[in-house]
Amino acid sequence: MTTQPAPPTPRRVVVTLGNPNTGKSTLFNALTGLNQRVGNFPGVTVEHLSGTLTLRSGTVNLVDLPGTYSLSAQSPDEMVAVDVLMGGVAEVGQPDVVLLILDGTNLRRNLFLASQVLEIGLPVVIALSMTDLLERQGVSLNLTRLGELLGGPVVPVLAGQAEGLEALKGALEQALTAPQPSSLRLNPALAAAVQTLVAELAGTGVAAAATEVERALIDEQGYAEKRLCDRAGEPWRERLAATRQALAQGRNLATLEARDRYSWINKVLAEVEQRSARRTGWREALDRYLNHPLWGSVAFVLSMAVVFQSVFAWATPLMDLIDGGVGALSGQVRDSLPPGLLTDFVVNGIIAGVGSVVIFLPQILILFAFIILLEDSGYMSRAAFLVDRLMRWCGLSGQSFIPMLSSFACAVPGIMGTRVIANPRDRLATILAAPFMTCSARLPVYALLISAFVPAHSWLGGFINLQGLVLLAFYLLGMLGAIVTAYLVTRLRKSESTSRFLMEMPPYRMPSLRSLGLKLLARARIFLHRAGTLIFSVTLVVWVLSAFPRTSTGDSPNAEAPSMEASYLGRMSQALTPAFAPLGWDWKVTAAVVASLPAREVVIAVLGTLYAVEASDAAGEARLINRLQDARHPDGSKVFSLPMALGLMVFYALCLQCVSTLAVMRRETNSWKWPAIAWVYMTSLGYLGALACFQLGSAL
Amino acid sequence: MNAVPLGSLAAGSRALVAGFVQEDAFAQRLMQLGLIEGASVEILRCAPSGDPIEISVMGYALSLRRAEANLILVSPEPT
Repeated sequence: MTTQPAPPTPRRVVVTLGNPNTGKSTLFNALTGLNQRVGNFPGVTVEHLSGTLTLRSGTVNLVDLPGTYSLSAQSPDEMVAVDVLMGGVAEVGQPDVVLLILDGTNLRRNLFLASQVLEIGLPVVIALSMTDLLERQGVSLNLTRLGELLGGPVVPVLAGQAEGLEALKGALEQALTAPQPSSLRLNPALAAAVQTLVAELAGTGVAAAATEVERALIDEQGYAEKRLCDRAGEPWRERLAATRQALAQGRNLATLEARDRYSWINKVLAEVEQRSARRTGWREALDRYLNHPLWGSVAFVLSMAVVFQSVFAWATPLMDLIDGGVGALSGQVRDSLPPGLLTDFVVNGIIAGVGSVVIFLPQILILFAFIILLEDSGYMSRAAFLVDRLMRWCGLSGQSFIPMLSSFACAVPGIMGTRVIANPRDRLATILAAPFMTCSARLPVYALLISAFVPAHSWLGGFINLQGLVLLAFYLLGMLGAIVTAYLVTRLRKSESTSRFLMEMPPYRMPSLRSLGLKLLARARIFLHRAGTLIFSVTLVVWVLSAFPRTSTGDSPNAEAPSMEASYLGRMSQALTPAFAPLGWDWKVTAAVVASLPAREVVIAVLGTLYAVEASDAAGEARLINRLQDARHPDGSKVFSLPMALGLMVFYALCLQCVSTLAVMRRETNSWKWPAIAWVYMTSLGYLGALACFQLGSAL
Repeated sequence: MNAVPLGSLAAGSRALVAGFVQEDAFAQRLMQLGLIEGASVEILRCAPSGDPIEISVMGYALSLRRAEANLILVSPEPT
């Protein structure tokens, strides 16, 4: 007998929900693999991931909600979870099953959210994470009994090791085919009052879901109340207040909710949890030092120093390897292809351009590896704890530290990481400050210009060298830009709520190498994709503009490349040069900078192309650095004087040359206003900074 | 009852949550995180310059600023 799979309409929906730091995203990735899409809920700035989960009975749309500790909402962003669970978001539809992820080592607090979700009355499947750490904590759990008390199957999973996934899929399948809605009811009086209000609202033509009304009752002055009163009319505010008073009897309904839920949780845990002596392990010992006021600060500075030192020290051999490979490849192509337009294009356009960017892959991956390790191990939260006081000085909190540090790798994940910041003004300040942090795309520009124009003096037997110090100075300049910007935003904008610093300190975890590898692979893919598309296209355009119009000479069978000045590119940039001459830039630098407005690392590729074209008939193997050092103005003076090179670096430090950052800013702030402001602000700063640097430097 | 603000305690001390200076949205958030009346809290450590502080509640660690901790009232743990 053969059974046809059920037709996929209507598509079944499973929603994942859980506290932050429960391993929810790891589980989501393990369940959906590469089959996922990023989407935005309408009207809010939170993003959701959805992916396809394949079960035996067919596919399911798995929707990942942002990590949260509770269903109560102070903002539209926090209301998304309630709306999705109630089937009020058209993009998702009515969820068929809720997949709750609970951290087994932190069950007491995790069960708070669980108790709220269980009262909604949807079928629930519980994935219990971190179960490998339970034994070490001296805890054993009766999972069968826990499942009975919660009213849904409990499946232990270790998503990092892909353990328990099959059992979880089986439980989801069971819940989808034979749904058993949860039936927890902690406060019957509250539930009855909610039913009355829902019926009354329906009578006046306002459709409101039970959970929405319940939140409006409990979260006094919260977002659910505001939205309900906007829809049903102001008199409802008093109606809610009266019901609240009747239910709470002199107490606060929110306090009663917390008390009721935790007393239910205590009863549940008393039945399922067995505690024996807790083994104090390396985690506690580590925290004694890493969070110690003195040793913690020392460790923090040391770890930051190691990160930046290693980006250079460890990457060099790999970069030399890539450099050699690129050189060998272009030599090979030059030898095997007949001289002419095609060879010129392949060698000077593609290989020189893209190759000069790809060479920085090792540095970028090493930087990302450190940031991923710091995050996955739990150290990031400790660092945020240590620097909160410092960050407060420029109006931010320690929570802004994590996005800022991530921005050293790339502002895009940094800006996405600002979602953990609850205060909208602080979040905006962090979003606007993040692009100043020296991202990995600036690194190639600095590395090239510093090794070309800053003398390699060293002291203390090579431990400190001038090039390293100059690089450090540019990192500090970026941070200064970020600090000043954050300071300005937090001073100029009024905040509706006080900034808070309330952060869970997750236990230290041994980062999984598999997960590190996957994340690095994704990063490498993004970088190479950019090099292959955006950077390649810009390089291509630059090469075409610089290689045409072709000129014919009588004795040559082929049309010759024009002199650079006579090419389209030369003519165009010469027209722009007067605006940049006060910065000491000639038309080639101008062309490279303008071409790199969409992506700053393009500048290397364009310089590579521009200088390779000119030198193509010469020995050809001279590296870009030597070519830049030898570049001359028409009057014979060097183009790249020290003040000009430093000014150029200042420009790259301050200017926002990155379409990806602008796009993510627009997505996270939900308007073009802030990316536009940021672009104008940063570009002006870059121009003025380069101007000051060149003019003052030349005058000295 | 001699309830004192949590922020006034030194690192290493333990106490029981007695209530909040004001039962507002922030207090609600803290309660949802487990800082309910009768819950045992321990001050684990302080950051450089004494602020923020890290506390242990419900078996996990939470960090918050001293000013925020001062909104939580605690009473000494019965010995």
